[in-house]
Amino acid sequence: MLAHLPILQVVVPLIAAPLCWFLNRSKLVWIFALIVCAVTCVNSILLLIEVMKSGTIIYELGGWEAPWGIEYRIDKLNAFLLLIISTIGTVVLFAANTSIQKELDEDRHTLFYSLYLLSLTGMFGIVATGDAFNVFVFLEISSLSAYALIGLGRDRRALWAAYQYLIMGTIGATFILIGIGMLYQMTGTLNMSDLATRLVDVGHTRTVFVAFAFLIVGICLKLALFPLHLWLPNAYAYAPSIVTAFLAATATKVAVYLLIRFTFTVFGISFSFTSLPLQSILMVLGLVGVFAASITAIYQQNVKHILAYSSIAQVGYMIIGYSINTSTGVMATLLHLFNHALMKGGLFLALGAVMYRIGSVQLKQFQGLGREMPLTMSAIVIGGLSLIGVPLTVGFVSKWYLLVASVEAGMWPVAVLILLGSLLAIVYIWRIVEMAYFKPPLPGREAVKEAPWTFLVPIWILVFANIYFGIDTRLSVQVAQAASQSLFGINP
Amino acid sequence: MLTGIYGLLSACFFVVLDAVDVAFTEASVGAGISGLLMLAAITITGRKEAPKRHKPFLALFVVLVTGSMLIYGTLDMPYFGDPEAPVHQHVAPRYIHDSMEEVGVPNIVTSVLGSYRAFDTLGEVAVIFTAGIGVLSLLSLPRRRKKIKSEEATEEQMHERHMVVRIVSKALIPFILLFALYVQFHGDFGPGGGFQAGVIFAAAIILYTMLFGLDTAKKVFNPALIQLLAAVGLLLYACVGVVSMLNGANFLDYNVLADDPVSGQHIGILLIELGVGITVASVMLSIFFNFDGRRQAQAEIQAEKQQSEQEQKLKGEQDVSRTL
Repeated sequence: MLAHLPILQVVVPLIAAPLCWFLNRSKLVWIFALIVCAVTCVNSILLLIEVMKSGTIIYELGGWEAPWGIEYRIDKLNAFLLLIISTIGTVVLFAANTSIQKELDEDRHTLFYSLYLLSLTGMFGIVATGDAFNVFVFLEISSLSAYALIGLGRDRRALWAAYQYLIMGTIGATFILIGIGMLYQMTGTLNMSDLATRLVDVGHTRTVFVAFAFLIVGICLKLALFPLHLWLPNAYAYAPSIVTAFLAATATKVAVYLLIRFTFTVFGISFSFTSLPLQSILMVLGLVGVFAASITAIYQQNVKHILAYSSIAQVGYMIIGYSINTSTGVMATLLHLFNHALMKGGLFLALGAVMYRIGSVQLKQFQGLGREMPLTMSAIVIGGLSLIGVPLTVGFVSKWYLLVASVEAGMWPVAVLILLGSLLAIVYIWRIVEMAYFKPPLPGREAVKEAPWTFLVPIWILVFANIYFGIDTRLSVQVAQAASQSLFGINP
Repeated sequence: MLTGIYGLLSACFFVVLDAVDVAFTEASVGAGISGLLMLAAITITGRKEAPKRHKPFLALFVVLVTGSMLIYGTLDMPYFGDPEAPVHQHVAPRYIHDSMEEVGVPNIVTSVLGSYRAFDTLGEVAVIFTAGIGVLSLLSLPRRRKKIKSEEATEEQMHERHMVVRIVSKALIPFILLFALYVQFHGDFGPGGGFQAGVIFAAAIILYTMLFGLDTAKKVFNPALIQLLAAVGLLLYACVGVVSMLNGANFLDYNVLADDPVSGQHIGILLIELGVGITVASVMLSIFFNFDGRRQAQAEIQAEKQQSEQEQKLKGEQDVSRTL
């Protein structure tokens, strides 16, 4: 069975999604989906252990060897990503049953879980595969289910947000497909490692350049890099809370993974970073993104909006680390992937709890919640501190490595700007804290009870993870380091 | 209308390129179903575009840049039909030369889609399934038992009127269904397969629905059953993979499904194509049913509104007459 781990990671949720329809009872489906997620989580842990021990695992689908068939190629990088996605997927789903009872109609619950599992399948598929076209297929699964999940939101604006996301996402996916098609035309293969070897000969052609450009723009649309981020805030704000927590913690991470995979593995460092001014473009966009998004976040009235803009800023940090183009820089990006998933997962779940109790996440409604929902609010505070990058939280670890990387590369101004960006984070987090702890409760509102335990358990698991991995950085740093070093060909 | 023409034209284009299977898909999906679904969507929303508020210069700029990039990209492409092109040199020769011995299916496209890259096809089926669930989750209405009798009657009257169309299609529908089955099971030998067959099958039933009304069609094809069938198709496909895994080979390796690898491949491809067909047909149907149900519900609401307005008017008139 151990040999089948890579494919089981994807196929288990894929088979489980249609099975949900046969159960058709909200609670039953929830338990079933939760078990499935837990299985994928265990699976990904086993995979990571296996990869760290014995190196890259290759799995040939249908028994056809690589350039003819499709292969799954699990190395340290995607094993790490699989772990992040499956863990967050499981933890977030734990609160789903309680949350969607208030936010969705009864007859949509089965559909919700089905879509959730499909979305998970799509992300696993993108990350696990070693075939460029297969990436596109699973990208479609994950994005289609994401559109539908967002559209399920109670607010009527959710539909509009989902529609916007659909248009932007489809453009992104089409660009990626065009890029892959052109690559196929120039090399005659779709397999990633095969592409990498064959691209060397045709790297100078204009078609390959255009393919590269289409791929990068398409992926940047998906990961909501600064000027292409417009779909994200509304999509996150009006989706059901569980969906927001899940997507915010995973979806953009998958796109960052794709960016890293295509530029480093497929095109190779020398092509990606020397032939085009990609490095400086992405660096500038990342920096502008951090500032523009953080400043916008300060002026938002909806707390989900605040955190959504902060997500765009965090994507900016990841892109900065990536475009420093050193082993440490990419390592900082990978660490930030992991850490940001923990922070945002926890924060958006806490917002889900507030939504459950109050039915709104407007900043004004937070008045006095510090006393009424102490556990939820303190979770938000810790998550916020982590977002700012205070020592002893995970946020500090990744910011620290980001600073180290930029100083190592001799980019002092970048380091200073990163610190300034963190100061902006203090402002928007402080606005929430101020409302929650230093204002009296809104007059005329009934006393609010603490969130139910089904919320508190996953929230605090994530918060503890925030602190634990902020102090004991062995696991995350080791894996991220190994992954980034293997990308740069040091000690593969 | 234009999308239909576009679909048909691009289907012809694919035929010229010798991609018959793709052409077939395009003809059935692009020219057939997608235009229909588009029309259904228009009947729900309305046919007039809202007046524009902004000038689309930015969009025009983006489109121009994208277009010129595409043209720039073609400059270094290998020439059309060039036998030296990398596409024909690297992976494809094995498909062409060895697929007969390895898979044993005369239609190479089927053997590539069904066996060499079967996992992609599984992914595509999952995409269609996802789309189906997406439409269901966004459009499905809470069940309403109440029905307006008069409404039904008027609709039946409307169907009575189209006598010629009705009789002709009544005669045609069995043949369309038969053709779909032929495409389904003949996919190994000629162009065709689960996707096309599923769409054609669905098209026949949609034709029936349009002529005889949604309620009649729902009596024949229970929507809940169709939804389950969509899941069954996907499961069938995935389970073929699981069975081959249980038999000790990799996922979707059909060689182990029978004693002889080639007949194993045959069984595998037949089963997965069946899965594809079932899922595609039922998803198309359930999407159309949802669209149509939505339209009917809107019509009902409007009728109710009109009724209540009329009643109010009547009341008003009565009031007026009373005061007089």
